[in-house]
Amino acid sequence: MKILKPAVAGTLESSDVQVTVEPGNGKIELELSSSVMNQYGRQIKEKVLETLDRLEVNDARVTVVDKGALDCTIAARVECAVFRSCDASAKNLPWGGVIR
Amino acid sequence: MIPRPKPERFRLRRTMMFMNAQKPGLFKDAYIYGCDSIMLDLEDAVAENQKDAARFSLYHALKTIDYGDTEVIVRINGLDTPHWQEDIRVCVAAGADGIRIAKCESAEDVRTVEKATEEAEKEFGVEVGRTLLMAALESPKGIINAYEICSASPRMFGVAISGGDFRKCMQTVPQPDGVDMLYARGQMLVAARAAGIQCFDTVFTNLDDEEGFQAEVLQNKAMGFDGKSLINPKQIRFVHEVYAPTEKEVIQAEKIVRAVRENADKGLGVFTVDGKMIDIAFLPSAERTLRLARAYGMYEGDLV
Amino acid sequence: MKNAVGRDIPDYLLVNGKEVYQGKNYMDGKYVQKAGPKTRRYEQPQESKIVASLADALRQCGAKSGMTFSFHHHLRDGDFVVNMVMKAAIEELGLEDLTIAATSLGSAHDPIADYIEQGKVIGIQTSGIRGRMGEVVSAGKLKTPAIIRSHGGRPRAIEAGEVHIDIAFVAAPTSDCVGNCRGIGGKSNCGSMGYAMTDAKYADHVVVVTDCLVDFPNMPASVEAIDVDAVVVVDSIGNPKKIASAAARISQNPRDLKMAEDVARVVAATPYFKDGFSFQTGVGGPSLAANLFIEKMMDEKNIKMGWAIGGICGPMVELLKKGKVGKVIDVQDFDLDAVNSINQTPNHFEMSASQYANPANKGAFVNKLDFVVLAALEIDTDFNVNVLTGSDGVLRGAPGGHPDTAAGSKCCIIVTPLVRGRMATVCEHVVTVTTPGDCVDVLVTDYGIAVNPLRQDLIKCLDEAGVPHVTIEELKEKAYSLVGRPDDLEWEDQVVAVLEARDGTILDVVKKIKPYTL
Repeated sequence: MKILKPAVAGTLESSDVQVTVEPGNGKIELELSSSVMNQYGRQIKEKVLETLDRLEVNDARVTVVDKGALDCTIAARVECAVFRSCDASAKNLPWGGVIR
Repeated sequence: MIPRPKPERFRLRRTMMFMNAQKPGLFKDAYIYGCDSIMLDLEDAVAENQKDAARFSLYHALKTIDYGDTEVIVRINGLDTPHWQEDIRVCVAAGADGIRIAKCESAEDVRTVEKATEEAEKEFGVEVGRTLLMAALESPKGIINAYEICSASPRMFGVAISGGDFRKCMQTVPQPDGVDMLYARGQMLVAARAAGIQCFDTVFTNLDDEEGFQAEVLQNKAMGFDGKSLINPKQIRFVHEVYAPTEKEVIQAEKIVRAVRENADKGLGVFTVDGKMIDIAFLPSAERTLRLARAYGMYEGDLV
Repeated sequence: MKNAVGRDIPDYLLVNGKEVYQGKNYMDGKYVQKAGPKTRRYEQPQESKIVASLADALRQCGAKSGMTFSFHHHLRDGDFVVNMVMKAAIEELGLEDLTIAATSLGSAHDPIADYIEQGKVIGIQTSGIRGRMGEVVSAGKLKTPAIIRSHGGRPRAIEAGEVHIDIAFVAAPTSDCVGNCRGIGGKSNCGSMGYAMTDAKYADHVVVVTDCLVDFPNMPASVEAIDVDAVVVVDSIGNPKKIASAAARISQNPRDLKMAEDVARVVAATPYFKDGFSFQTGVGGPSLAANLFIEKMMDEKNIKMGWAIGGICGPMVELLKKGKVGKVIDVQDFDLDAVNSINQTPNHFEMSASQYANPANKGAFVNKLDFVVLAALEIDTDFNVNVLTGSDGVLRGAPGGHPDTAAGSKCCIIVTPLVRGRMATVCEHVVTVTTPGDCVDVLVTDYGIAVNPLRQDLIKCLDEAGVPHVTIEELKEKAYSLVGRPDDLEWEDQVVAVLEARDGTILDVVKKIKPYTL
């Protein structure tokens, strides 16, 4: 998917993660901060990149502010931000397709 | 990915606890409190501009979190909103056990949801008929049409009243003796029983009024409700206590079930148990008591 | 050298008779030569010991570079005294190479982090360390490793001469002109002054710092004038709002309540739950809420609690006033209800830290304790508990009385949610062992109860009472299945803190954390 405009999903509440996507400069640029960086930073990064890859997003600036979210929440927020950036988050989503 | 077993249309549903589908920290493990069903809410608890985000988190939660024996129902947005079709698609795709139809007013509403559910089941390769339905009656019209709603679909397992909206329509507020909703509750119960489905009471929202809550639960039980919607885990225990069968009831039920089966083998239709006339009509209620007793660890036999 | 909880202790720390932790009650029966302080005689009658300023008091007590100053933490996060004294010593007298030996330190003491970075403060001995001070110590900026002790371990170390206090500074809500101090009657009340008592007896010099001078004699005194060299009157010793919170309320969080109820079920299933039992609980959400359910079960069984100890707050005072507990013996107060009750409500008494928890005296209160209910940041599958370091390896907690009550009590119950956000509380290896697993008996989480296999007797009790339980490994696996298996923290070689077991052996060390890069 192509990131058409900046979009945000998620909150800064505990156990949540806020994901911002913006049009990129030809590649994925990820900025990640987390309240559980030392123990889970690597896994969070993997989850974000894996989700972007699944959505075939390869050109975006992505900012992730994690407050201890579980993997399922991270995937949900990244997907929501990406679909919002394409104005495609409201209906006919590919549940079980690229969203899985 | 957690595969969920095929939902049971009739199971124990004493407590159905509402959870905001938009708050991952809350609903990730709502099952630890021991309620029978969790009601993930896409409707009132989710702000209008977060409906999409809530669906994503709902989908992934259902796909990754093991809710065990706890039933997972999703309350979808009303049929007068632009959200309900996508709500149904995500529920079916994620494998929710059931859908709660908000603001249901007619059999037509049930059939509309049923049709969309079936389409979604076909789209996502889910067994047709797997996804159960229940209706929330929130208006006078819903109460008037209770029977046609209850009997509108073989997917329907139950009906609930939603007190907040209903009382507003009726220009009343909660009364200590429940007189504000006496008629509506009664009408809905009669309809549910006539249609052979379950019936659930509304939430009690004043968490500080322990006494009022307990009085309402006792009245629910006395009126014949199967269970109650809850807003806080601390309400679960009392409901379960109230719905527990007594030891005497369990013993009596066991005797009845045994006697009905033995006498059926002998071809006898009417007989006595402990001096009381018993026939086949006593069987469903006795079996229900035993199933309930099993849930409380009070019955370990093999009759049910 | 590996110790009894499997932690590798660098050999260079094992000097001057220091040993690694060998297990519970290892020092039992050994003799100790107590260290007496060198104190000044005041034969000439003095009308008053009041001096004009902290600087004057420091001079009078012969303060010089390299000394150890002690403080108590009864003013908690409201304390002004540590910062005031260190400022006078460093900025007015120009002292250097100072060691702070405090019963605990908190975020109120953030300014001390600057003195650590400047090399003016070179040693820290404390139970708790948090905020900026925790960060700079974890970053390896303190010249010598911080020494972390439990509330019982500290008086033991002082009495044994392992900590020599040159000057003890006693923040006092009220004092008279010769230094009889009390924790009540002033404007910055803290109630019990139990943690100051051992310091005052074993320091060479004692300076009382008060913001409320009262008529002589201020009785009954918590710290007595016979031990005091000087009294300094300041505008304010602390912020009353942060010293004692308004009444501690019992949590309404359903998760806390669920766990608290399970704690009470465990308590009620043991043979110790009988008329006259003794009890201590922490003030965390689920620990404090356990009071509520235990009271219910006491009523059902028609029994009363004999006595309770600990840091005390309102709900326990309430039980005392209702006659449901015989005596409350109090080393510290957490809220105004407790502050206003000590020595006022009949059978609400004050005790010293040594009386409370010292493993080397002839019988501290913790040794008579039936139950203690405690929280944890982490607990591992050997039941070792960490209450000191965060998930990032940074110092941000306090052993406090945790190891002492765990070791002394007949039944130590840890209560904690299985995960906090994405942190697995039940884990394979805790970051730092602050309470050894051989002292911990039962773990209550929101996902189930586990009993230490060392306590087969308790397992039998729970089975008989129909209280379900699982193994701690199952709980750990459940936690990891929810949040994922955490990566190991990465450390440098430098030891930034030494964690002493309550008996003085070395339980664990905290190393400098490597900066994390993705």
